[in-house]
Amino acid sequence: MTGEFLHFAFNDEQEMMRDTVRRFLADACPETLVRSVLEGRTAFAAELWRGMAELGLLGITIAEERGGAGMGAVEQCILAEELGRVLAPVPSVSTLYLTPELLRIAGNEDQQAKWLPKIAGGEMVCAIATINVPDNPCVVAGGRISGQKTLVADAMLADLAIVEAGGLLYLVDCRVAEVRAATLEVIDPSRPHGSLKFEQAGAEPLGSMGEGADWLAAAQDRAAVYLAFEQIGGAKAALEKASAYALERYAFGRPIGSFQAVKQLLADMFVSLELARANARHACWVLASGAPGLQAVAARAHLSASAAFRHCASDAIQVHGGAGFMWETSPHLFYRRSETLGRALSGPRVWEKRLVEALEELAA
Amino acid sequence: MSETSENAAFRAEARRWISSNAPWHLLDAIMASPPGSLLLPEDKIAAQKSWQMKKYRAGYACLPWPRAYGGRDATPAQRLIWHEEEGAFARLHALFHNGQTMGAPTLMDFATEAQKLLFLPRIASGEDVWCQLFSEPAAGSDLAGIVTKAERHGADWLVNGQKVWTSGGQHADYGILIARSDPSVPKHKGLTAFVVDMRGPGIEARPIRQMNDQTGFAEVFFQDVILPDDCRLGEVGGGWTVALTMLAHERLAIGLEMPTGFQELFDFCRGFQIDGQRALENAEVIARLASFDGIASGLENFMAGMMGDLARGKPTGPEASLIKLAAGQLMQRIAFYAMDLQGVHGLQTGGDAPALGQFQGMALRAPATRIEGGSDQILRNIIAERVLGMPPDLRADKDIPFFMIMRGQ
Repeated sequence: MTGEFLHFAFNDEQEMMRDTVRRFLADACPETLVRSVLEGRTAFAAELWRGMAELGLLGITIAEERGGAGMGAVEQCILAEELGRVLAPVPSVSTLYLTPELLRIAGNEDQQAKWLPKIAGGEMVCAIATINVPDNPCVVAGGRISGQKTLVADAMLADLAIVEAGGLLYLVDCRVAEVRAATLEVIDPSRPHGSLKFEQAGAEPLGSMGEGADWLAAAQDRAAVYLAFEQIGGAKAALEKASAYALERYAFGRPIGSFQAVKQLLADMFVSLELARANARHACWVLASGAPGLQAVAARAHLSASAAFRHCASDAIQVHGGAGFMWETSPHLFYRRSETLGRALSGPRVWEKRLVEALEELAA
Repeated sequence: MSETSENAAFRAEARRWISSNAPWHLLDAIMASPPGSLLLPEDKIAAQKSWQMKKYRAGYACLPWPRAYGGRDATPAQRLIWHEEEGAFARLHALFHNGQTMGAPTLMDFATEAQKLLFLPRIASGEDVWCQLFSEPAAGSDLAGIVTKAERHGADWLVNGQKVWTSGGQHADYGILIARSDPSVPKHKGLTAFVVDMRGPGIEARPIRQMNDQTGFAEVFFQDVILPDDCRLGEVGGGWTVALTMLAHERLAIGLEMPTGFQELFDFCRGFQIDGQRALENAEVIARLASFDGIASGLENFMAGMMGDLARGKPTGPEASLIKLAAGQLMQRIAFYAMDLQGVHGLQTGGDAPALGQFQGMALRAPATRIEGGSDQILRNIIAERVLGMPPDLRADKDIPFFMIMRGQ
């Protein structure tokens, strides 16, 4: 750590942006919308997505000449945290966090010019397809891709997919008959996942031929920081709901929040949250300042945010008692979301390894 | 990224000075001491006093304090830079910790200007060691329940009673005492604070043999100790305010480092093999290290955030209670995990044990971290009530005269 991180804080403009986003989401993303997507009554929160585009929130990290807002990582982190608070049922990880980074890291001029404005304008959702189905791996020949990918976030919504095949990355237009999406049953249907099956679909290499795995890892490091903020937004909201319930629910003639047994649960949730938030702030600073060591701090931020969100979401149910186990109350929405976001970028084992590898390099 | 030129100059100057003045011959022993202990090949009191005096003379003691009181009016960034540069030598500060981080700021709040000029520079230089005379055998978490008496004795005060868990009490020159001056009023209202000369008649400090066979604390006995009224700190009956201020300073003082043992564990794992495979390639070890790192680094980043807030004029609040709460538990978990990796060898202690017995040392010290200066449970209550806004607990001792409160046998 250096003395410079000490001076890192969200400035007034950034805090104003947070207020604007929070007010917007309070109207545009009520819990009823989350439920509607969760229960399959709405396939896609299109109006919310459009509203975000109008506010410039879909292109925060995209340059102005590409139709974006040309802001930085800090603003993207702020947006992510606010999306997390309201459990926004939008394709954040795929289309906001990963795709712009991948296009910037690996995409050629034409690809960036073609796709980045569409993302910023809310005209498309891009899925990232990396997980093979063992008996049907993706293979590209003569500019055509065949094979199947599974556990693809937002597969059914995707206009475009970035698909890994043979260690390389390809752009695949999904709005064609040669690409078929099928929904998978998942723990949080408000963040849908599916499989993508390609049968001789057109596949354009992303950028020039290069190291797809390295590009993906670099984009994932950056996306992990944004994701950590989304998780922290969710964890904080879960803790706030639990605290509010502990004040309003009475037992034995007093608010349950006056019992030490409940206080101790809430305090431990707060500790997890604050430690994760501190790690996320540090990662945000490294990302925004270009300081070295992103791999370790991004992995740490995401992992500790995963732990904090799980902790806050599960103990929020405990504080609610029976009221927390009902379909109609909100605690389970956080619980489901925490388990989804903890796996939104390869899952914990991968990040643990990346963190310890990076720590070992630092120690050497 | 670059530091401001002023900060970079300060860092360069500090580094140069440390390289030619620090007790480098003690570095290995300091590094090998388990967190929370200091095992040196020479008199550790003398070693600590000597390093402190050198720092004081060079202007590196108590950096944020005003110059008139022995500090250098340093900015929080400079304090952090100094901390980074001082590195392991900062552990030679243990003897002065209470005096400099709790006693002195409390004096700054409550003492007369003459007292400040008399006491503070000697605290900064390490000439005087101060302690905190708070806990008693029957009053720890419930600190306001102390029974050590301070009775009017003409113009003076007569003190009788016993304190316990006084950090460094046996080495202390002065202490800040909280005593009961009026048992007929509710408990928080009948307390008064005093500055006590620990070498004076009627005071005896006996080291306590702890469960880890170290003696960092003392029990202190007061028998008919006479204190002139000018030893009083704050108002008669205002002792609880002084105590709260001191505890708030304690919270502020924790600001840069809390030992958790993570670095020790990581270094141990780097050299450790499991079934012929490097421990750092073992998925279970990787998962545990990653989880511990999240807490250890989270604490560092949290403290940096707090320091930054302080630099921007936002005082530290009760959320800082989480630091010791998380660090104490983490140290214990880390010690147990390392000992589990060591298998049967984990039962060995001392220099022949794996990793020089550091983890056994930590395991035997960590229970104290989880109790001293506010137990885990008290800290959680503070967070729940003062950060999250939960209502206070129902109390059986509220608004009744102290002498009527029920006490155990």
